[in-house]
Amino acid sequence: MQEQNRQSAVSSGQASNNVEDFAYKESFGNSGLIITQLDNLLNWSRLSSLFPMTFGIACCAIEFMSTGTTPFDMDRFGMAPFASPRQADVMIVAGTVTFKMADRIKRLYEQMADPKYVISMGSCSNCGGPYWQHGYHVVKGVDKIIPVDVYVPGCPPRPEALIGGIMKLHDKIRGESIMTSRNNG
Amino acid sequence: MDREKLLSLLASSNVKPQWVENSNPTTLLIDKIDLPGVCQQLWNNPDFFFDQLSCITGLDCGPETGTMEVIYNLYSIPFNQSLMLKVVLPRENPEVESVSAIWKSANWLEREIFDMYGIKFLNHPDLRRILLPADWEGFPLKKDYQEQETYRNIKLAPES
Repeated sequence: MQEQNRQSAVSSGQASNNVEDFAYKESFGNSGLIITQLDNLLNWSRLSSLFPMTFGIACCAIEFMSTGTTPFDMDRFGMAPFASPRQADVMIVAGTVTFKMADRIKRLYEQMADPKYVISMGSCSNCGGPYWQHGYHVVKGVDKIIPVDVYVPGCPPRPEALIGGIMKLHDKIRGESIMTSRNNG
Repeated sequence: MDREKLLSLLASSNVKPQWVENSNPTTLLIDKIDLPGVCQQLWNNPDFFFDQLSCITGLDCGPETGTMEVIYNLYSIPFNQSLMLKVVLPRENPEVESVSAIWKSANWLEREIFDMYGIKFLNHPDLRRILLPADWEGFPLKKDYQEQETYRNIKLAPES
Protein backbone atom coordinates (compact mmCIF):
# COMPACT_ATOMS: atom_id res chain seq x y z
CA MET A 1 0.00 0.00 0.00
CA GLN A 2 2.76 2.41 0.95
CA GLU A 3 4.72 1.60 -2.17
CA GLN A 4 1.62 2.18 -4.26
CA ASN A 5 1.02 5.52 -2.62
CA ARG A 6 4.56 6.60 -3.29
CA GLN A 7 4.21 5.58 -6.91
CA SER A 8 1.04 7.52 -7.45
CA ALA A 9 2.52 10.54 -5.71
CA VAL A 10 5.60 10.41 -7.91
CA SER A 11 3.68 9.98 -11.13
CA SER A 12 1.25 12.80 -10.44
CA GLY A 13 3.88 15.08 -8.96
CA GLN A 14 5.45 15.80 -12.33
CA ALA A 15 3.22 18.72 -13.19
CA SER A 16 5.21 21.89 -12.98
CA ASN A 17 4.34 24.59 -10.53
CA ASN A 18 6.59 27.03 -12.30
CA VAL A 19 4.83 30.28 -13.15
CA GLU A 20 6.58 30.86 -16.45
CA ASP A 21 5.51 27.53 -17.83
CA PHE A 22 1.89 28.47 -18.22
CA ALA A 23 1.04 32.02 -17.14
CA TYR A 24 3.30 34.52 -18.84
CA LYS A 25 3.19 34.42 -22.58
CA GLU A 26 5.47 37.26 -23.48
CA SER A 27 7.47 39.97 -21.85
CA PHE A 28 9.05 43.05 -23.44
CA GLY A 29 12.59 43.53 -22.30
CA ASN A 30 12.79 45.49 -19.08
CA SER A 31 9.54 47.39 -19.60
CA GLY A 32 7.70 45.55 -16.85
CA LEU A 33 4.87 44.74 -19.23
CA ILE A 34 3.57 41.21 -19.55
CA ILE A 35 0.85 39.76 -21.68
CA THR A 36 -1.07 36.69 -20.65
CA GLN A 37 -4.49 35.16 -20.90
CA LEU A 38 -6.89 36.10 -18.15
CA ASP A 39 -7.72 32.43 -17.61
CA ASN A 40 -4.09 31.55 -17.10
CA LEU A 41 -3.54 34.41 -14.69
CA LEU A 42 -6.62 33.55 -12.64
CA ASN A 43 -5.85 29.87 -12.59
CA TRP A 44 -2.25 30.51 -11.64
CA SER A 45 -3.25 32.78 -8.77
CA ARG A 46 -5.84 30.31 -7.56
CA LEU A 47 -3.71 27.22 -7.61
CA SER A 48 -0.63 28.85 -6.18
CA SER A 49 -2.15 29.62 -2.82
CA LEU A 50 -4.77 27.04 -2.00
CA PHE A 51 -5.60 27.51 1.63
CA PRO A 52 -6.79 24.19 3.01
CA MET A 53 -9.42 24.19 5.69
CA THR A 54 -8.23 22.20 8.66
CA PHE A 55 -10.63 19.32 8.76
CA GLY A 56 -9.05 16.49 10.70
CA ILE A 57 -11.78 14.07 11.71
CA ALA A 58 -9.77 10.85 12.13
CA CYS A 59 -6.30 9.35 11.83
CA CYS A 60 -5.78 10.75 8.30
CA ALA A 61 -5.46 14.12 10.01
CA ILE A 62 -2.14 12.95 11.48
CA GLU A 63 -0.79 12.46 7.96
CA PHE A 64 -2.30 15.79 6.96
CA MET A 65 -0.47 17.47 9.85
CA SER A 66 2.66 15.65 8.81
CA THR A 67 2.26 17.12 5.32
CA GLY A 68 2.47 20.55 6.88
CA THR A 69 5.75 19.85 8.66
CA THR A 70 9.24 20.66 7.38
CA PRO A 71 10.09 17.30 5.75
CA PHE A 72 7.10 17.59 3.40
CA ASP A 73 6.59 21.33 3.59
CA MET A 74 3.09 22.05 2.36
CA ASP A 75 3.99 25.75 2.49
CA ARG A 76 6.02 25.46 -0.71
CA PHE A 77 2.70 25.27 -2.57
CA GLY A 78 1.46 28.35 -0.75
CA MET A 79 -0.70 26.21 1.50
CA ALA A 80 -1.17 26.92 5.17
CA PRO A 81 -3.96 25.28 7.16
CA PHE A 82 -6.74 27.73 7.83
CA ALA A 83 -9.19 27.40 10.66
CA SER A 84 -12.08 29.27 9.05
CA PRO A 85 -14.19 28.24 6.05
CA ARG A 86 -14.59 31.86 4.96
CA GLN A 87 -11.06 32.33 3.64
CA ALA A 88 -10.32 28.70 2.77
CA ASP A 89 -10.10 27.49 -0.83
CA VAL A 90 -9.90 23.74 -0.47
CA MET A 91 -11.44 21.45 2.08
CA ILE A 92 -9.30 18.40 2.76
CA VAL A 93 -11.66 15.87 4.32
CA ALA A 94 -9.17 13.82 6.32
CA GLY A 95 -10.98 11.01 8.06
CA THR A 96 -14.13 9.03 8.74
CA VAL A 97 -17.33 10.90 7.96
CA THR A 98 -20.08 9.91 10.36
CA PHE A 99 -23.68 10.89 9.77
CA LYS A 100 -23.51 13.27 12.67
CA MET A 101 -20.42 14.95 11.20
CA ALA A 102 -21.95 15.03 7.71
CA ASP A 103 -24.25 17.91 8.68
CA ARG A 104 -21.30 19.96 9.84
CA ILE A 105 -19.24 19.14 6.77
CA LYS A 106 -22.04 20.26 4.48
CA ARG A 107 -22.54 23.47 6.39
CA LEU A 108 -18.82 24.29 6.43
CA TYR A 109 -18.62 23.55 2.71
CA GLU A 110 -21.49 25.92 2.06
CA GLN A 111 -19.74 28.60 4.10
CA MET A 112 -16.66 28.48 1.90
CA ALA A 113 -16.40 31.13 -0.81
CA ASP A 114 -16.25 30.15 -4.49
CA PRO A 115 -14.12 28.89 -6.13
CA LYS A 116 -13.91 26.02 -3.69
CA TYR A 117 -12.48 22.56 -4.00
CA VAL A 118 -12.64 19.35 -2.01
CA ILE A 119 -9.99 16.70 -1.60
CA SER A 120 -11.26 13.47 -0.11
CA MET A 121 -8.32 12.00 1.78
CA GLY A 122 -8.16 8.32 2.67
CA SER A 123 -10.38 5.27 2.28
CA CYS A 124 -12.94 6.35 4.90
CA SER A 125 -13.96 9.56 3.20
CA ASN A 126 -13.60 7.98 -0.26
CA CYS A 127 -16.03 5.14 0.30
CA GLY A 128 -16.40 4.26 3.98
CA GLY A 129 -13.15 2.32 4.20
CA PRO A 130 -13.09 -0.31 6.98
CA TYR A 131 -16.65 0.71 7.93
CA TRP A 132 -17.87 -0.37 4.51
CA GLN A 133 -20.07 -3.23 5.67
CA HIS A 134 -20.88 -2.90 9.35
CA GLY A 135 -20.48 0.81 10.01
CA TYR A 136 -24.09 1.87 10.34
CA HIS A 137 -22.97 5.32 11.49
CA VAL A 138 -20.54 6.04 8.64
CA VAL A 139 -21.39 7.81 5.40
CA LYS A 140 -20.13 5.58 2.60
CA GLY A 141 -18.15 8.31 0.92
CA VAL A 142 -18.10 12.05 1.54
CA ASP A 143 -19.20 12.51 -2.08
CA LYS A 144 -22.73 11.68 -0.96
CA ILE A 145 -22.68 14.96 0.96
CA ILE A 146 -20.53 17.38 -1.04
CA PRO A 147 -18.92 17.30 -4.51
CA VAL A 148 -15.36 15.97 -4.46
CA ASP A 149 -12.61 17.04 -6.87
CA VAL A 150 -9.78 14.67 -5.99
CA TYR A 151 -9.77 11.33 -4.19
CA VAL A 152 -6.56 10.29 -2.46
CA PRO A 153 -6.43 6.53 -1.76
CA GLY A 154 -4.70 5.02 1.25
CA CYS A 155 -5.39 4.08 4.83
CA PRO A 156 -4.08 6.53 5.73
CA PRO A 157 -2.36 8.03 2.67
CA ARG A 158 1.23 9.05 3.22
CA PRO A 159 2.01 12.77 2.96
CA GLU A 160 3.54 12.09 -0.47
CA ALA A 161 0.19 10.74 -1.64
CA LEU A 162 -1.66 13.78 -0.32
CA ILE A 163 0.81 16.05 -2.10
CA GLY A 164 0.16 13.96 -5.21
CA GLY A 165 -3.54 14.68 -4.75
CA ILE A 166 -2.84 18.38 -4.39
CA MET A 167 -0.84 18.25 -7.65
CA LYS A 168 -3.83 16.62 -9.34
CA LEU A 169 -6.03 19.43 -8.06
CA HIS A 170 -3.51 21.93 -9.47
CA ASP A 171 -3.86 20.21 -12.85
CA LYS A 172 -7.60 20.44 -12.63
CA ILE A 173 -7.58 24.14 -11.77
CA ARG A 174 -5.09 24.79 -14.58
CA GLY A 175 -7.66 23.54 -17.09
CA GLU A 176 -10.46 25.80 -15.88
CA SER A 177 -11.86 28.78 -17.71
CA ILE A 178 -13.99 31.67 -16.50
CA MET A 179 -16.11 31.34 -19.62
CA THR A 180 -17.41 27.94 -18.58
CA SER A 181 -18.99 27.15 -15.28
CA ARG A 182 -17.01 24.90 -13.02
CA ASN A 183 -18.05 21.31 -13.16
CA ASN A 184 -19.05 20.54 -9.63
CA GLY A 185 -17.67 17.18 -8.69
CA MET B 1 -12.75 -4.43 50.34
CA ASP B 2 -14.14 -4.88 53.83
CA ARG B 3 -17.26 -6.93 53.10
CA GLU B 4 -18.49 -6.90 56.71
CA LYS B 5 -18.46 -3.12 56.86
CA LEU B 6 -20.17 -2.88 53.53
CA LEU B 7 -22.85 -5.37 54.60
CA SER B 8 -23.59 -3.50 57.79
CA LEU B 9 -23.81 -0.26 55.85
CA LEU B 10 -26.27 -1.76 53.41
CA ALA B 11 -28.25 -3.44 56.17
CA SER B 12 -28.73 -0.04 57.79
CA SER B 13 -30.64 1.06 54.71
CA ASN B 14 -32.59 -2.21 54.34
CA VAL B 15 -30.79 -3.39 51.24
CA LYS B 16 -30.27 -7.09 50.73
CA PRO B 17 -27.24 -7.33 48.50
CA GLN B 18 -26.27 -10.26 46.36
CA TRP B 19 -22.59 -10.88 45.88
CA VAL B 20 -21.44 -11.91 42.47
CA GLU B 21 -18.83 -14.55 43.23
CA ASN B 22 -15.35 -14.72 41.70
CA SER B 23 -15.42 -11.25 40.31
CA ASN B 24 -12.75 -8.65 40.44
CA PRO B 25 -13.40 -5.96 41.58
CA THR B 26 -15.96 -6.96 44.21
CA THR B 27 -19.36 -6.98 42.58
CA LEU B 28 -22.69 -6.32 44.16
CA LEU B 29 -26.01 -7.09 42.51
CA ILE B 30 -28.66 -4.70 43.75
CA ASP B 31 -32.25 -3.93 43.03
CA LYS B 32 -32.83 -0.88 40.88
CA ILE B 33 -35.06 0.69 43.54
CA ASP B 34 -32.17 0.59 46.02
CA LEU B 35 -29.65 2.10 43.62
CA PRO B 36 -29.92 5.84 44.49
CA GLY B 37 -29.82 5.16 48.23
CA VAL B 38 -26.88 2.78 48.02
CA CYS B 39 -24.92 5.14 45.79
CA GLN B 40 -25.58 8.05 48.11
CA GLN B 41 -24.36 5.95 51.08
CA LEU B 42 -21.24 4.73 49.30
CA TRP B 43 -20.40 8.25 48.27
CA ASN B 44 -21.06 9.81 51.66
CA ASN B 45 -19.85 7.21 54.13
CA PRO B 46 -16.39 8.05 55.54
CA ASP B 47 -15.50 4.34 55.63
CA PHE B 48 -15.87 3.97 51.87
CA PHE B 49 -15.94 7.37 50.24
CA PHE B 50 -16.40 6.21 46.66
CA ASP B 51 -15.70 9.61 45.19
CA GLN B 52 -15.17 8.55 41.61
CA LEU B 53 -17.50 6.93 39.13
CA SER B 54 -15.03 5.52 36.63
CA CYS B 55 -17.39 3.94 34.15
CA ILE B 56 -20.94 2.94 33.45
CA THR B 57 -21.49 0.00 31.15
CA GLY B 58 -24.70 -1.01 29.47
CA LEU B 59 -25.40 -4.60 28.57
CA ASP B 60 -28.13 -6.18 26.49
CA CYS B 61 -28.58 -9.84 27.35
CA GLY B 62 -30.72 -10.40 24.29
CA PRO B 63 -34.41 -11.06 23.62
CA GLU B 64 -34.16 -14.70 24.88
CA THR B 65 -33.08 -13.60 28.34
CA GLY B 66 -35.26 -10.52 28.29
CA THR B 67 -33.02 -8.45 30.55
CA MET B 68 -30.66 -5.55 30.33
CA GLU B 69 -27.96 -4.64 32.79
CA VAL B 70 -26.31 -1.43 33.89
CA ILE B 71 -22.95 -1.78 35.58
CA TYR B 72 -21.38 0.96 37.66
CA ASN B 73 -17.65 0.97 38.37
CA LEU B 74 -16.88 2.94 41.49
CA TYR B 75 -13.47 3.88 42.81
CA SER B 76 -12.44 5.37 46.11
CA ILE B 77 -9.35 7.53 45.74
CA PRO B 78 -8.53 7.87 49.50
CA PHE B 79 -8.92 4.12 50.20
CA ASN B 80 -7.69 2.87 46.82
CA GLN B 81 -10.47 0.35 46.39
CA SER B 82 -12.96 -0.48 43.71
CA LEU B 83 -16.52 -1.69 43.73
CA MET B 84 -18.81 -2.78 40.96
CA LEU B 85 -22.56 -2.35 41.18
CA LYS B 86 -24.86 -4.24 38.89
CA VAL B 87 -28.52 -3.49 38.22
CA VAL B 88 -30.71 -5.81 36.17
CA LEU B 89 -33.57 -4.24 34.23
CA PRO B 90 -36.36 -5.67 32.11
CA ARG B 91 -35.76 -5.43 28.39
CA GLU B 92 -39.14 -3.83 27.79
CA ASN B 93 -39.10 -0.19 28.82
CA PRO B 94 -35.87 -0.23 30.85
CA GLU B 95 -35.65 2.58 33.37
CA VAL B 96 -33.31 3.31 36.24
CA GLU B 97 -32.72 6.31 38.47
CA SER B 98 -29.88 8.60 37.35
CA VAL B 99 -26.85 8.95 39.62
CA SER B 100 -25.67 12.15 37.95
CA ALA B 101 -26.71 14.16 41.00
CA ILE B 102 -24.07 12.26 42.99
CA TRP B 103 -21.29 11.92 40.41
CA LYS B 104 -21.07 14.57 37.70
CA SER B 105 -19.29 12.11 35.42
CA ALA B 106 -22.48 10.05 35.23
CA ASN B 107 -24.09 12.70 33.05
CA TRP B 108 -22.36 11.85 29.78
CA LEU B 109 -21.89 8.17 30.65
CA GLU B 110 -25.63 7.76 31.10
CA ARG B 111 -26.28 9.66 27.91
CA GLU B 112 -24.06 7.19 26.07
CA ILE B 113 -25.96 4.23 27.53
CA PHE B 114 -29.22 5.88 26.52
CA ASP B 115 -27.85 6.48 23.03
CA MET B 116 -26.73 2.89 22.50
CA TYR B 117 -29.31 0.86 24.47
CA GLY B 118 -32.28 3.13 24.99
CA ILE B 119 -32.18 2.71 28.75
CA LYS B 120 -33.94 5.69 30.33
CA PHE B 121 -32.28 7.38 33.27
CA LEU B 122 -34.94 9.02 35.40
CA ASN B 123 -34.28 12.56 36.65
CA HIS B 124 -31.29 12.94 34.36
CA PRO B 125 -30.70 16.67 33.72
CA ASP B 126 -30.14 16.36 29.98
CA LEU B 127 -31.00 12.95 28.53
CA ARG B 128 -30.27 13.35 24.82
CA ARG B 129 -28.32 11.25 22.35
CA ILE B 130 -24.63 12.00 22.70
CA LEU B 131 -22.87 10.22 19.81
CA LEU B 132 -25.51 9.68 17.16
CA PRO B 133 -27.58 12.39 15.46
CA ALA B 134 -30.66 13.44 17.41
CA ASP B 135 -33.07 12.08 14.78
CA TRP B 136 -31.48 8.62 14.57
CA GLU B 137 -33.85 5.68 14.75
CA GLY B 138 -33.24 2.77 17.08
CA PHE B 139 -30.50 1.85 19.52
CA PRO B 140 -27.52 0.27 17.75
CA LEU B 141 -26.06 -1.92 20.52
CA LYS B 142 -29.31 -3.76 21.17
CA LYS B 143 -29.12 -7.35 20.04
CA ASP B 144 -32.18 -7.04 17.81
CA TYR B 145 -31.17 -3.72 16.26
CA GLN B 146 -32.24 -3.26 12.66
CA GLU B 147 -30.39 -0.59 10.72
CA GLN B 148 -32.59 1.97 9.12
CA GLU B 149 -32.48 1.95 5.29
CA THR B 150 -31.75 5.60 4.81
CA TYR B 151 -30.87 8.58 6.92
CA ARG B 152 -32.03 11.92 5.48
CA ASN B 153 -32.25 10.34 2.02
CA ILE B 154 -28.72 8.94 2.18
CA LYS B 155 -28.45 5.17 1.96
CA LEU B 156 -26.74 3.55 4.93
CA ALA B 157 -25.63 0.47 3.03
CA PRO B 158 -22.84 0.82 0.49
CA GLU B 159 -23.76 0.68 -3.18
CA SER B 160 -21.97 -2.36 -4.47
